[in-house]
Amino acid sequence: MANDHIDITVEPGEVHALLGENGAGKSTLMNQLYGLLQPDEGEILVNGEAKVFRSPRDAIAAGIGMVHQHFMLVPVFTVADNIALGAEDVRGGPLGILDRRRMRRDVLATSQKYGLPIDPDALVENLPVGAQQRVEIVKALIRDVDLLILDEPTAVLTPQETDELLGVMRSLAETGKSIVFITHKLREVKAIADRITVIRRGRTVGTASPDTSEDELAALMVGREVSLEVTKGAAEPGREVLKVRGLVVDDDRGVRAVDGIDLDVRAGEVLGIAGVQGNGQTELVEAIMGLRAATAGTMQLDNEDLGALSTKKILQSGVGYIPEDRSLDGVVKEFSVAENLVLDMYDRPPYGNAVRLNPKAIADNAAERVTQFDIRTSSAESAVGTLSGGNQQKVVVAREMSRPLRLMIASQPTRGVDVGSIEFIHNQIVHERDNGTAVLVVSSELDEVVGLADRIAVMYRGRILATVSPGMPREEIGLLMAGITGADEEEGTK
Amino acid sequence: MTTDVEAPTPPKKDEERPESFLSLFLRNLWSANTVTVTALSILLALVIGAVLMVVSDSTVLSKFSYFTARPSDALTASWDLISAAYADLFRGAIFDPAAVQAWFDGTGTWQAAFNPISETLTYAAPLVFTGLAVAIAFRGGLFNIGGQGQAVIGCVTSAVAGFAFGLPPVINLVVALLFGILGGALWGFVPGLLKARTGAHEVITTIMLNYTATLFLSWLILQKGVQDPNRTDAISKTVDASAQLPAMPSPLRVHLGIVLAVLAVIGISWLINRSAFGFELRAVGVNPPAARTAGMSVARTYTLLMVVSGALAGLGGAVQVLGTADKLTPQVAGNIGFDGLLVALLGRNKPWGTLFAAILYGALRAGGNLMQADVGISLELVTVVQALIVIFIAAPALIKAIFQLRAARSARLGTSMAKGW
Repeated sequence: MANDHIDITVEPGEVHALLGENGAGKSTLMNQLYGLLQPDEGEILVNGEAKVFRSPRDAIAAGIGMVHQHFMLVPVFTVADNIALGAEDVRGGPLGILDRRRMRRDVLATSQKYGLPIDPDALVENLPVGAQQRVEIVKALIRDVDLLILDEPTAVLTPQETDELLGVMRSLAETGKSIVFITHKLREVKAIADRITVIRRGRTVGTASPDTSEDELAALMVGREVSLEVTKGAAEPGREVLKVRGLVVDDDRGVRAVDGIDLDVRAGEVLGIAGVQGNGQTELVEAIMGLRAATAGTMQLDNEDLGALSTKKILQSGVGYIPEDRSLDGVVKEFSVAENLVLDMYDRPPYGNAVRLNPKAIADNAAERVTQFDIRTSSAESAVGTLSGGNQQKVVVAREMSRPLRLMIASQPTRGVDVGSIEFIHNQIVHERDNGTAVLVVSSELDEVVGLADRIAVMYRGRILATVSPGMPREEIGLLMAGITGADEEEGTK
Repeated sequence: MTTDVEAPTPPKKDEERPESFLSLFLRNLWSANTVTVTALSILLALVIGAVLMVVSDSTVLSKFSYFTARPSDALTASWDLISAAYADLFRGAIFDPAAVQAWFDGTGTWQAAFNPISETLTYAAPLVFTGLAVAIAFRGGLFNIGGQGQAVIGCVTSAVAGFAFGLPPVINLVVALLFGILGGALWGFVPGLLKARTGAHEVITTIMLNYTATLFLSWLILQKGVQDPNRTDAISKTVDASAQLPAMPSPLRVHLGIVLAVLAVIGISWLINRSAFGFELRAVGVNPPAARTAGMSVARTYTLLMVVSGALAGLGGAVQVLGTADKLTPQVAGNIGFDGLLVALLGRNKPWGTLFAAILYGALRAGGNLMQADVGISLELVTVVQALIVIFIAAPALIKAIFQLRAARSARLGTSMAKGW
C-alpha cells in the first residue's frame, strides 16, 4: 500500500508543500489527483464537488495540471508545438490544418501573463533544463488549471534556476492559483511553502508551518532525529595522491568543457568541487576515470600516469568512483543487489577470475554489505531497480568502498537520495577520508560541498576560479560559482 | 530484459505465505506467467489452424452451404478433418500408437515405433544451435539476424572439410565440426567488429551478410572440386562417411547432433550465468554505460559475443550438413537461421527455453510431414501455426486479454524482443 488514508486540503492561492522521503507515497498521491492512478478508497473533492478522474484528461478538465519530475516533452518539436500537443488548434475539422500562428500567439500570451519567458519557436532539445521546465509549466497554465502539481521540480535545477522557479511559484500563487510542491528538500520548503504536509510510509504524519525548523521537519520526514550537519574532525592531509596538471577535455559535441585545470587531492582530505552543473565537472571526472579522452594535460595517481590506463585498470589500482548519474552509470537496474555489489570486481578474486564467477563469494559479499551499509532490500537477489533511490546509491557506495582505496571520486553522491540516506552516505565519505583515502567530491549542492570538503575548488566554465576554505561565507562561494571573482562587482547573484 | 537463470520458469511459488502449495499453484496457474502464456499461445494457434483447415477444404466447406438445414453434416465433417489432421500431427511427431502396438505384437520394428520422435529430434537439432545463437546475442543487447548466413557458411566449411581432407575417422568428424564453428564465427566476427569499431548496426550488416553467404554457397557448389563430378546440377560431393555424425540405424535419422545440442545448451547456460564473460554480456546487454563505467569494454564484448553467436549458428549449419544433408545444395541450410530467431523468441532467450522451443518446432515440422502425406493438408499450415504461436508470444497482452489472465506476480512478462533496433 503506497497511500494509507491520506487527507489533504489545498486552498486557493496557496503553495502547499508535500514533504516526504523517496518512496513515502507523495507521487502516488499526486498521480491519483492527476488521474494516472485510481484510489481504492476515498474521494477527491474539487471546489466541494466529488470527482472521479479516469485519466489526466478528466483532471485537466477539472482544473488540475501536473509537471512531472521527468518532463513529458517531445525533444524535436518546438516549444509551441509541445505546448499545443494534445490540444491542437485545428481549422476545418479533425483532418484540418494546424493553426500554428494562433498556437504560437497563445503561448506567448500565457508566458507573458505569468512572467515565464520562453521562446515558442525554439526546439525543446536545445533548451536548458530550467527552460524545459518553464515549457511544462506553461503547458499546464495554458489549459487554464487552478491547481498545479509540481513533482520534485527542483531535482534537476541549478541553484539559480531553483531560485527562479520559487519566484514563479510565488507569483502564480499571487494570481490565485494553488500549487502543490512535492519535494524532499527542506530549504526550499521553508523558503516558499504556506503550509507543509509531511508524509511518511503512505500516511500523513503531520502538518507544519514554514517556521518549523529544518531539524524538526527532517525528524518528521524520517521518523527519527537526523543530523543535517556533517560531523567530522579536522583533516590530516598527507601525500598528494592525485595530481592533475593543465587538463583539457572536450565534451561530446567537441566543445571545450575542461579548459586547463590543475588539481591536487591529498591523502586524508576531501577536496570539494563546487559549481553549477554543466561547468565541466562531469568531463573532468570522466577524464580522470578514463571514460573520456583528454585533449591535453597529465593526470597522475601517486606518480603513475592515469592517462595511459583503461577504466578497468584505474579502478583496479585503487580508485573508487561514484558516478553522477546513478541509474545510467552507477547500477545495472536489472541486475540483483548482489551482482551490482561486484559490478566492477566480478573478475577478480574472491568474486571470480577471468573465466568464471564465484557465486558463493558474491552472495557472501552481498550479505555482508547489505548489513554493513544498511541497504533496505527484501533480498540480495532482488533487482536493484526495485530499490529506492537512496538504497540504490548505498549499493554504489558500498561497492566502491568495499575495497582498499587510494582515491575516491564521488560525483553528486546524494542526488535524488532521501534525507536518512544522505546522512549515512556523508558519514561513509568522511569515514573513508579518515582512513587516509584522498577524496574528491563533486556536487552542485553547495551545502553538500561546504559540509564535506576540507578545501573547496570552485569551477566555472571549465576552469577553477579559486580554491577556498569551507569556512568562507556561502554568498561569496555563490558569487564565485556564478563566475564573479573580483571584489569590484557587487551586484550579487540573486 | 530478464536476468534470472535459465529453465522455463515454473509458476512462481512463494515460500513465505502460509498457504498450501497446491492452492498457490492453482492461483498462479491462471496468471499471466511465462508457462501459461506459452501454453495458451500454442492452444490458440492450433485453434486458428483448425479454422484455416476447414476454410481451405472445399469438401468440408461445401457442407457448410446447407448448414442451417443439417448442421450436423458440416460439424461432423469439420470435426473429422480437424481431429484426423491433429492426430497425424501427434503421430508424426511423438509416437504412433499403431506402430508401438505392432512392435509389441512382433509385427513391426522398434525403429518404426521410434521414428516419429527421431524425426522430431532430427529437425530440432540444428534449430537448437541457431536458436542459442540468437538468444545469447540478444542477452548481450545484439539482434543477430545473421544466423542464416552464419549457418550457411557453417554448412559450407564443414562440408568442404568433410569431403576434402580425408582424415582418419573421429578426427575427420571433429575437424569438420570445428570448421563449421570457425566459419560461423568468422561470419559473426565481421558484423561484431563493424559494430564495435564503427557503430554499424548489426541488424543491417548481418542481413547483408546473409545474402552474401547464400550467394557464395550457390557459386561455390558449381566450382570444380566441390561439385559432384557425376552431376550437372548444383550438388556437391558427399561428405566422407567418417565425417558424418553417427546416427541411429536406418530408417531412423536422429543423429549425434541432438546430443551436441543438449551439451551446447548446458555450456551456454553456464556461459551466460556463471562465467565472467556472461556477466559482462548481461551487463552490456541491459546497460552499456554502466558496464563501461564499471570498467568493462563494451566494444570487446560486442565483438566476442558476435563471434560466439556466429560460432553457434555455424555449428548448427555443420550439424545440418554432417547429420542430415551429407552434401551441399543451394537449399542445404533450409530456413534454420531464421527459424532460430523464432525459436529464441519462443524460448524467451534462455538456453533451456530455446531447447524446448526447438523441439516444439521440430515436432510441428515432423508431424506436419505426416499430416500432409496422410490428410493432404499442406505443410504450409504448420508454418502458419508456428508463426501464430510466435505472434501470440510476442504480444502477451493479447493472450492476457483473450483469456482474462490475472497479472503475474512477477512483472517479468514483457514483450521479450521489443528492443534491439
